[in-house]
Amino acid sequence: MIFEWIVQNSPALLLAVPMLGAFAVPLMGRIGEKARDGWVLLVSIATLIIAGILTNEVLTSGTVVYTFGAANPALSVPADSGGIPFRIIFAVDAMSVFMAISASVVGFAVFLYSIVSSARMSGKDSFFALILLMQVGILGMVCTGDLFNFFVFLEINSLAGAALVASRVDKGVAVEAGLKYAVLSTLGGLLVLFAVGLLYGQYDALNIAAIADVMQFGMPEKVALVLFVAALAMKSGAVPMHFWTPDAYSMAPSAVTAFLVIASQASLYGLFRIVFTLYNVTLDYAAMGWIIIILGVLSMFIGVTMAIPQKDIKRLMSYHAVSQTGYMLLGVGVGLAVLGDENMMRAFGMTAMEGGIFHIINHAMYKGLLFLTAGAIFYQAGTRNLNKLGGLGHSMKWTMLFFIIGALAIAGIPPFNGFASKLLIYESVFIFSPVLSVIAMVVSILTLASFVKVFHSVFMGPRLPEYENVTEVPKAMLYAMGILAFFVILFGVFPQQVIDILISPAAMALADQGSYISAVLGGN
Amino acid sequence: MAFVETMSTGFGGWSPLFWILAFAVSAITGWLIWRRGESSCKTGTEQEKPYLCGNKEPEKGDVHVRAGNMYWGFTEAMKGYYEFLIPLHTGILTDYILWFLGVIAVMLVLAAGVF
Repeated sequence: MIFEWIVQNSPALLLAVPMLGAFAVPLMGRIGEKARDGWVLLVSIATLIIAGILTNEVLTSGTVVYTFGAANPALSVPADSGGIPFRIIFAVDAMSVFMAISASVVGFAVFLYSIVSSARMSGKDSFFALILLMQVGILGMVCTGDLFNFFVFLEINSLAGAALVASRVDKGVAVEAGLKYAVLSTLGGLLVLFAVGLLYGQYDALNIAAIADVMQFGMPEKVALVLFVAALAMKSGAVPMHFWTPDAYSMAPSAVTAFLVIASQASLYGLFRIVFTLYNVTLDYAAMGWIIIILGVLSMFIGVTMAIPQKDIKRLMSYHAVSQTGYMLLGVGVGLAVLGDENMMRAFGMTAMEGGIFHIINHAMYKGLLFLTAGAIFYQAGTRNLNKLGGLGHSMKWTMLFFIIGALAIAGIPPFNGFASKLLIYESVFIFSPVLSVIAMVVSILTLASFVKVFHSVFMGPRLPEYENVTEVPKAMLYAMGILAFFVILFGVFPQQVIDILISPAAMALADQGSYISAVLGGN
Repeated sequence: MAFVETMSTGFGGWSPLFWILAFAVSAITGWLIWRRGESSCKTGTEQEKPYLCGNKEPEKGDVHVRAGNMYWGFTEAMKGYYEFLIPLHTGILTDYILWFLGVIAVMLVLAAGVF
């Protein structure tokens, strides 16, 4: 009975649990540190379980539509509404749950890690509350079927993220990085709001499916599209709007950085959702596809080449995050460019999309892992400067092992998960344009070179006197890294199962606009 | 081992099974070679110290190749590229906003003229 109720209300619970959890964190903090830490872990586990239940529900029964305030949550269009779904509606399809499960797994690892890694920090009540609120923002962005609601969750995500980036208030640069993130996110959010306003003015609706159903591609819609694409591409860290990324990612505590990667991916999801679900058939597929491809190629190449000369381990990894976002844009962009051609879509377009989407979850796992290892290094050695580090492999063997797993995965070395998604991208993109595929491979080689440098600088060499007393990080931090490393290996060894269960349904959900619209509007 | 499926790329496939087998064979081979090593070697003694033709061993920090010395050739060869690219990353917020607005302007022009 209770389980059925949870299943039926899982879209609402997915947000309600971390939101209520966030508001209760300061109260738990009053009881004691252990109570608060236990509460945070409990909330993140509950969120993960609900995400799992919702994922199972969507993958077995199809898109779940949840209408807030309706007597029957599945009733999206009330009889007296004139055919407009005016209530707040969550439309959770395979793409949504794919993102939700990714955010929940990384979220759990981040909380487990933070409980120990933040031990020396003050203000932990607000720190944990903000991470939970950021999770609410991310999960809301990927579940909502309403444009204004999307904006609200984008803002929650951005504001919580900016506060977290600046959480090391003792360091002026962290506050500066937080300010940059806040200003750019606010500007991006305002443009998204303006775009939503333009569409609302045109169609008297905010529901994605309702607007998509009647979308005409006039000038207001074109302006709205540009604002959506630019703002969400900037939020996802695409070149040439990536400048905030190394600043914010490097100054945030490492656990937060691992979650900021997910926050950026939620914006990437938003970009794909707008292009594929909101506009889709109205678009010139080739033109829009090439815009996304160009953003992707620029991100891949400039990201990796900027990473190579970096001397701060987290700035280096941040540029790699930009570079890896490029792969996702490339794969999905190629899918979009050929979306109108059934033969090309069947021949390679869908595979390219699957590769791009698969890379999202793979990147979430291995980049999250890499940022956590960077945090472990900083936690014990007290510096992120690669010129000062060295010889830590003698004393931090587990961290070194996790770093190797993450580094090989990001470089696309088999049998880790990065290889599986990159192979799908290489082969499918090669048919579309061999040059693009070659660029993607060259970027992978440069990525490997860059991480070889980090590996050598941090872990190799003799045990240095200044790190004589360095020991391995506490077990909870190792367990958190172990969870992500487990998924990196699992997805690499069983890629086809992951594709069959999670990736293909997500790619289909994105490409098939009609199914999304009928799932939401057919609920009356 | 049917549960380790071959991943289909649409043009071919890739089986993680072969990589796992290759990894296992390499690891076992490595372990066998290591096992045949000199068993009389004692850790924590003079035997562990590097022999440098009788010269004094340099400080540990001096023998470690630091990150700044790595890939010098790459960055030197790409000097022109980096001289253009790195200064673009000014760290100034107003520059970031200008880039963002510039991209929006280009996209608006494309939207008006192309699609």
